[in-house]
Amino acid sequence: MFAAGSPQVALLSARAKRQPAGVSSPESNSCFLRRARWNPYAVGTGIGLLCWAVFYLVDKPLGVTTALTGIAGACASPFVGGDVIAANAYFKQHVFKWDYGMLFLGGIALGGLLSALLARTWRVETVPEVWRERFGSSTARSLGAAFLGGVLIMFGARLADGCTSGNGISGSLQLAVGGWTFFITLFASGIVTCLVLFGRGRKEDGS
Amino acid sequence: MNALISFAAAVPPIAGPSALVAAVLLGVVFGFLLHRGGVACHKVIVNQFRFRDFTVLKIMLTAIVVGGIGVLALNSAGLANYHIKAANLLGVVLGGGVFGVGMVVLGYCPGTAIAAAAGGSVHALAGLAGALLGGVLYAFSFPWISAKILPVGAIGKVRLPDITGVPAWIWIAGLAVGAVLLFRLIERHERSSAS
Repeated sequence: MFAAGSPQVALLSARAKRQPAGVSSPESNSCFLRRARWNPYAVGTGIGLLCWAVFYLVDKPLGVTTALTGIAGACASPFVGGDVIAANAYFKQHVFKWDYGMLFLGGIALGGLLSALLARTWRVETVPEVWRERFGSSTARSLGAAFLGGVLIMFGARLADGCTSGNGISGSLQLAVGGWTFFITLFASGIVTCLVLFGRGRKEDGS
Repeated sequence: MNALISFAAAVPPIAGPSALVAAVLLGVVFGFLLHRGGVACHKVIVNQFRFRDFTVLKIMLTAIVVGGIGVLALNSAGLANYHIKAANLLGVVLGGGVFGVGMVVLGYCPGTAIAAAAGGSVHALAGLAGALLGGVLYAFSFPWISAKILPVGAIGKVRLPDITGVPAWIWIAGLAVGAVLLFRLIERHERSSAS
């Protein structure tokens, strides 16, 4: 765990002695807070330990899309009317409130921002590299696909009652049958989708 | 186990308003880890499904094994409850299928999209906007789905030990060994394709 104050302190001191561009890359910096990428096993262990804390301290599983449903209902209210949302059987179970799940989402955004700033990897991404290589540099097409992909992940996650976090990690670590079923079908579907979208691809331009 | 219980006596579970502060802090740690792990990166996610980058699998399996050991121990000591979701198998399979397509098309999953958007990805932000629409579409199809899809293969809140009769600790130990063997295979594959 990180003490609440220390990353800010690190950020400030890092700003104070910022070196001229090109002198040192974030990778070569010895401080682990500045390294752009951490070892995946260390990160996985960290998320596992985080699950201990979440289960013990707040008696909840790790999850994202349940709280996102509340935001969806709140955002849809101005368009379809608050009474329609209030009458909906599903939104009745997922009313927007500033509860644990919602604040956890806010925390994720804050954590991502903090990480990007500390590693100095914050940058605007509109058309991701892999997408551009395959589908060209049209921003409209890329953002349209992102939007459509977003519709699908949320619809799928709600249908399965959990996403990569709620089902894939939280469910699987509790040995839930639903969690493992989701994990396996998600990977199978992702692999088939990649074959359709990207083809088998050439081996030599990998990673 | 005794050490765990005495630790729990010293650090009781969080309740009341401080639970909300804890929610933000736990979220910060999760977002930070996702971002540093590289999974708030479109390329890393998509290339997992093309077998060119195994970061997602490494992180998820390690989290499952480490988390599984701890939650099993906490539960055995009476310090944590399980939160099992009902397995509506048709819904989970269809949902996982749709989710997999979306995860490749967007290049993020919901949690990593939030971390990525905070790291500057407009692409991830567009995905989150889509996710809100997806939530609304699901809510309006819910009456039909809950009548026709969710009851099919609804086996309830079951765990692998329930349906196999194999104790949870053997499952976790088996998963740990399986994960280590798989990681060794992956590392060997990565070394051979790098050279």
